[in-house]
Amino acid sequence: MKQRSHLWLAISLAVFFSLLVVGAALAQDGSPRTPTDDEVNAIAKQLYCPVCENIPLDVCGTQACEQWRGLIREKLAAGWSEARIKQYFVDQFGDRVLATPPARGLNWLVYIIPPVAILAGVFVIYRAFMAWKQPADELDSEQESASREDDDYINRLEEELRSRQP
Amino acid sequence: MDELQSATMQPENSEPPAGRGGRVTLFGLKLSPGALVAWIALLALLVVLALGLIRAQEGPVGVGQQAPDFTLQTFDGQTIHKTDLEGKVVLVNFWASWCKPCEAEAADLQAAWRYYQTDGEVVFLGVDYVDTESAALKYINKFNITYPNGPDLGTKISQDYRMSGVPESYIIGRDGVLAHTQIGVFNSVEHIRSVIDPLLEQ
Amino acid sequence: MIANFGYGTLVITFVTALYGIGAAVYGVRKKAQEWIDSARLAMLLTWPLLTVTALSLIYLLVTGHYELEFVSSVTSNSMPAYLKVTSLWGGQAGSLVFWSWLMSAFASAVTLRKWSRDREFLPWVIVVALITLAFFLMLVIVYENPFSRLWQLNGGRVVSAMYQPAGSQLYRPPDGQGLNPLLRHPGMVIHPPMLYLGFVSFVIPFAFAIAALVTGRTDDRWIRLTRRWTLVAWLFLSLGLILGGRWAYDVLGWGGYWGWDPVEIAAFMPWLTGTAFLHSVMIQEKRGMLKHWNMVLIILTYALVIFGTFLTRSGVLSSVHAFAQSGIGPWFFAFIGLTFITSMSLLMRRWNELKSEAHMTSLLSREALFLLNNLLFIGILVVCFWGVIFPLISELVTNQKVTVGPPFYERATAPLFAGLLLLMGIAPLAAWRHSTMKTLGRAVWKPLVFSLLVLAAVFATGIRSWGALLGFWLAAFVTSVTLYEFWRGALARRRRSGESLPLALWRLAGRNRRRYGGYVIHIGVVLMAIGVIGIEVFQTETQGTIAEGETLSLGNYAVKYESLATFDVADGRNVARAVVSVFKNGKYVGELHPRRDYFYESQQPMTIPGVRSTWEDDFYVLLVDWQPITSQGATFKIYHNPLVNWLWLGGFVFIFGTMIAAWPDRESELAVEKARRTKYAAAKA
Repeated sequence: MKQRSHLWLAISLAVFFSLLVVGAALAQDGSPRTPTDDEVNAIAKQLYCPVCENIPLDVCGTQACEQWRGLIREKLAAGWSEARIKQYFVDQFGDRVLATPPARGLNWLVYIIPPVAILAGVFVIYRAFMAWKQPADELDSEQESASREDDDYINRLEEELRSRQP
Repeated sequence: MDELQSATMQPENSEPPAGRGGRVTLFGLKLSPGALVAWIALLALLVVLALGLIRAQEGPVGVGQQAPDFTLQTFDGQTIHKTDLEGKVVLVNFWASWCKPCEAEAADLQAAWRYYQTDGEVVFLGVDYVDTESAALKYINKFNITYPNGPDLGTKISQDYRMSGVPESYIIGRDGVLAHTQIGVFNSVEHIRSVIDPLLEQ
Repeated sequence: MIANFGYGTLVITFVTALYGIGAAVYGVRKKAQEWIDSARLAMLLTWPLLTVTALSLIYLLVTGHYELEFVSSVTSNSMPAYLKVTSLWGGQAGSLVFWSWLMSAFASAVTLRKWSRDREFLPWVIVVALITLAFFLMLVIVYENPFSRLWQLNGGRVVSAMYQPAGSQLYRPPDGQGLNPLLRHPGMVIHPPMLYLGFVSFVIPFAFAIAALVTGRTDDRWIRLTRRWTLVAWLFLSLGLILGGRWAYDVLGWGGYWGWDPVEIAAFMPWLTGTAFLHSVMIQEKRGMLKHWNMVLIILTYALVIFGTFLTRSGVLSSVHAFAQSGIGPWFFAFIGLTFITSMSLLMRRWNELKSEAHMTSLLSREALFLLNNLLFIGILVVCFWGVIFPLISELVTNQKVTVGPPFYERATAPLFAGLLLLMGIAPLAAWRHSTMKTLGRAVWKPLVFSLLVLAAVFATGIRSWGALLGFWLAAFVTSVTLYEFWRGALARRRRSGESLPLALWRLAGRNRRRYGGYVIHIGVVLMAIGVIGIEVFQTETQGTIAEGETLSLGNYAVKYESLATFDVADGRNVARAVVSVFKNGKYVGELHPRRDYFYESQQPMTIPGVRSTWEDDFYVLLVDWQPITSQGATFKIYHNPLVNWLWLGGFVFIFGTMIAAWPDRESELAVEKARRTKYAAAKA
């Protein structure tokens, strides 16, 4: 009895995994069809014109860009996935076609420096604050309450202005 | 931000502030760590800008310099290294199918190639700049170009030569040194020959 | 002849500027007032002279003197007259003249004020202003001379020079190349002048800061003198940025308003430090703190202006905005180096004298929150600066070109902007000096509850994007806090004076313009944020080729291609104008006319969208000209931009608020001064 259930388990697992593999393979390269403009633009949006600076490929109006969009259409029709098409563009035209630098080598600095700088700023402000801060009780004696202070300020302002009127 | 911090460390009297870790003496000037950081950052920025400016003002690789190495994978599957071509005169022509002016010289280049092909002393190479393969092949067929052409993968070759735009041609002498840069089209076959013939006598 | 005249005034102005610098420095050294007065006169002379230069150039542009290289590069026969005038700033040479003219105007205006209390500042302000002016004039005279003429040499080659080369003849082309079609739009008329006004007017606060550092008068005086200038400069810069966004949206045809292009960022960076300054200067005035920091901010703002100008004009960065390359790069670099190094040296020399008068008390006090505000602004600045500089560094170090594009900036700055929005809601409720969770909580709970109700309502409409939900909640929170502040202030005033509520409100704002103008600005920002959230989170688009009679749909909307007309227009372009009907939920709501203009001279096309604007959304139809446009098939690209018009409304409110804050009012200023001094006396007692 036990061997039977083991056998069923083995078969179902085998079927399951083979389905996964097939599914994964199918997901990689879809079946060929004519891509719509929107599908082309969705990928072109993420790429930048290799020649004209800082213009996304879906907006660029030059003939060269037209050809590159045609290339995307061609590759989509052939069933290439988005990632594969982008990689193809990088291989052909270099890293600058991507909207952000690929995270390798020196490019890590792009992503690391801003958070580090901001944290450094937080640290500096914290140090400054600690140095500036006086113990709370020292201040209570000379304190007015928070809400009163605003009204007080307006008060004094009004008095001053009133006194200047003839 | 460091400036804020060293400011706050000040006592109310007029003593100079003792920054965190004390001052650093450089070139006879007493600098707090914050000030040192600020100066270094500023100088680094100026250096980057200066280098960037020099690079922007730099033209293509100059005549007389060693021509940069390259590897070209042609459309028909060959791989050509510059080092393989030592001893021959090499004409490297940057073009693109979307480049209208390139068409003006395409026929002349092919004719010149026909002329030099038989001797085997001159090599013509076409580097297809930032183009699509199908459009490039159409262009090649249109002008019946028979010399090897390949894409400039990752724009590496054009960057190494500091090319600024198509069409441009670079003529390398037998010794691998750049002998002539042609920014823009060649006017005629005679023009091409007038540049290459002197190099054959080397 | 006029060209020679214009060039002559240019050179005379340059010499006058140099004289003014020398006279001012000499007058200070020798303590000779007459030399300083002479320098002041020189300063005042520059503006009429440059006006003559500018007018000569404009005359030559309008009358089509194509023998001048600049005129033939930016004008053409087919351009209307008003566009020829605006082409003054359509090219590098003319825009430098325009820049110089604006600078001399501002510097002269500041020189004309009464200097009785601030005599020590005057010579140094003159020196800084004239050095900057002289630099730009030098660039024009030597490298970018708009009066340079075209000469045909014997060999047939045409060169450009001011004076006739030997054996050449004056060459006058029959027509010019004309202004870039993208620049022929009302937005282009105003956007650069506004930006230049903003940039140039930051010279004045900078000059005062330098004067304060040089003379050692590092008390509040320099800030008091330049506060209004800084606000006005900031106003123009903000206006220039908003107009640039509007122009991009209207004309450039990518359905967006901000592309994070390096040159856009170069104009944005000084705005960031300027805004940080406008906030932290309040800390200096109220509590006498952050003197170092305010000095740094003003210097940094001006430095970023010059840096941005350098980036745009030197060819170091390539961008859609950049001017053509020329020899001015190295000189600009030298000027930047000189400005940065001198400013930093002066600042460090006087560092110890910028002592802080008071101490920070609570983490929730308004000072602390303003400090946090500054941190966030500088954080955004760091992101922007690094994103602009990194491609340069990457290319230098690894020889690899990379693009740092919108995804980087958006992801990095979104949390920082959200933080700023949050601060806009909390800071007005925090008191100066002493604030605890309890007092803050007491003040904030009502607006907080209201905003949460709004959030629930927004959630009920089906919106699930957490970014949008957070954004809308912040918008509701800030609006309720700000309106609550107006309410509280008006009520307090009414209690005291017995006025009616509207009158109380009016008088309140009138007496305290900076504060309430600032609140109006905050509301403007919130409205802009609503517009931004709408278009960034909820924009949809589609593209398709349809024949006449066919329809293209996007969401609830449908576009029916009705007809096409192709015709030539007098000013040198061919227009393809499509008529499309727009349907919403099946109902006809109107007609739109997207156009493709093709300019023959420059062989450049331009697509003008047809837009249906409502408060709810924009329906934006483009005629895409990548394929031939015929009745058998034309390609349309449609964008649906929800809430985008709140962005422009917010822009208006923003500018309106700035004008309130900047509006001069002698009385209340003196009263503020006296009240502050009395408060200090009371506090110290």
